[in-house]
Amino acid sequence: MEQGTATVLENRLAAPGVYRLRIEAPALAGAAGPGQFLMLRIGQTLDPLLRRPFSIHAVHGSRTVDILYRVVGKGTNILTTLRSGEGLDIVGPLGCGFSWREESPSLLVAGGMGIAPLFFLAQIIAKNGVGDKTSALIGARNKTELLCVEELKAMGLQVQVTTEDGSAGKRGLVTGLLTNRVAALRPVIYSCGPYPMLHAVASLAMQYGLSCQVSLESFMACGLGACLGCVAEMKNGDLVRVCKEGPVFDAYEVAWK
Amino acid sequence: MKKTNPDLSVRIGLLRLQNPVLTASGTFGYGQEYAGLVDLNRLGGIIVKGLSLNPRPGNMPPRTVETPCGLLNAIGLQNVGVENFIADKLPFLRKLSVPVIVNILGQDIKEYRKLAERLSNVEGIAALEVNISCPNVKKGGVVFGTDYKAAARVTRAVRAAVRLPIIIKLSPNVTDIVSIARAVEEAGADAVSLINTLTGMAIDVEARRPKLHNVTGGLSGPAIKPVALRMVWQVAGAVNIPVIGCGGIMTAADALEFLLAGASAVQVGTANFVNPRATMEIISGIEEYLARHDLKDIKSLVGSLIL
Repeated sequence: MEQGTATVLENRLAAPGVYRLRIEAPALAGAAGPGQFLMLRIGQTLDPLLRRPFSIHAVHGSRTVDILYRVVGKGTNILTTLRSGEGLDIVGPLGCGFSWREESPSLLVAGGMGIAPLFFLAQIIAKNGVGDKTSALIGARNKTELLCVEELKAMGLQVQVTTEDGSAGKRGLVTGLLTNRVAALRPVIYSCGPYPMLHAVASLAMQYGLSCQVSLESFMACGLGACLGCVAEMKNGDLVRVCKEGPVFDAYEVAWK
Repeated sequence: MKKTNPDLSVRIGLLRLQNPVLTASGTFGYGQEYAGLVDLNRLGGIIVKGLSLNPRPGNMPPRTVETPCGLLNAIGLQNVGVENFIADKLPFLRKLSVPVIVNILGQDIKEYRKLAERLSNVEGIAALEVNISCPNVKKGGVVFGTDYKAAARVTRAVRAAVRLPIIIKLSPNVTDIVSIARAVEEAGADAVSLINTLTGMAIDVEARRPKLHNVTGGLSGPAIKPVALRMVWQVAGAVNIPVIGCGGIMTAADALEFLLAGASAVQVGTANFVNPRATMEIISGIEEYLARHDLKDIKSLVGSLIL
């Protein structure tokens, strides 16, 4: 974990309302694992005040890191104005990411922006030469919001898509595709997306007795484990820090509601 | 002629600090969380996350909301409890060369006294900060901080239990903070720190629900600085014990405002989240200010506001 200045290389629209920010950050690129995140200082003023957490979306070579973000509010709106060459204050890599197990087939399940951290995991899997033994299910509201599909295919992954409006792939939720997959493959599931989707993925995984890791989202003030603001409830009743003990949790440990 | 570095050291009663910059309780964990980013030994001191007698789970999430130039929180004093603190957190803190100040909170006066007694002879604790001002818990906390008689009773109980310096952390959620400061001074406090967070609220208009699970929370950050500064100035003019200023300090200039208003030291809180190196930059900035104004000693600055 370090605090440092990264340089913006590119900040480009990847889909309607979604940007890919490419930064030069050697310390981060060298140390980051899939599922980890960074805290990014947005602007120089006191409003917005807090840093914003972003998943590490991709690492290229030893110096370059991508962040994929959707414009949702004041902070991300300011982020879109960043231009190549500008400096960015970042802290990272932070948190506990996915622990990938090569011996089992992997199934990546992403809903919407959930692809953000899973893409980095796919990169690691492809680098280990088992991209073609790995499946990814990508869900979005409509065709234009489907992200990274072609890149994942190019990495050798077997990709299936669903859209809620049926404009691409199968109509419906990503969990609709999941049932067939889990019964046949008995994979380890790695998932990120909206909470109801993660809940459904976790329920199915538990029904089949499959290992399942989920990346949770939470408001974070510090990202360092100090403020205790981002907690999630576990089945044993503990409120644990998403930033420190997570953001990736064993689906069996989360108190789903 | 060789220029000597200005002397940043301050005294809070019997407690000596190498510089006036402390970390505010609840914003710096138990120190270790920041070890990779901050030179902990350069701090004036570390005030750890508030401790209760038994571990506390805290409130349900969502616990934090950002507001313009501010942070609303309702953590609810989640902490490991005094025994786990001594066993698991203190060994790391003991290795540091800066004073460790333990913030304590009880549900009733008996608990404050028990906590103080338990910590009284534990190695590696330089002082106690007594939290009578947390707005996010039903029992204890602000209940004691809003009534001058209750505040004095807590102070007397802790005073009787320890020889350590005791700092009483005051609440801004009162009509007259001066009367509370005077009451705890009379009851034996070595210093007062102020302010804790201001009670606030935020609403999600689409969902028509409060944004915090606890409905209300404590507001911190730059948004509260003018209120904190005013209260520090009022209290510093009314008591003879040192005042530690806290509330929205982000930069050295902010810290200097508090020193000029009469604070002998400052606590940096929310700024740690925004810029983990804030304390380091504030210490350097104060040093630079003293040098630039040809001041040898920080004490000459405290309370030197020109009216």
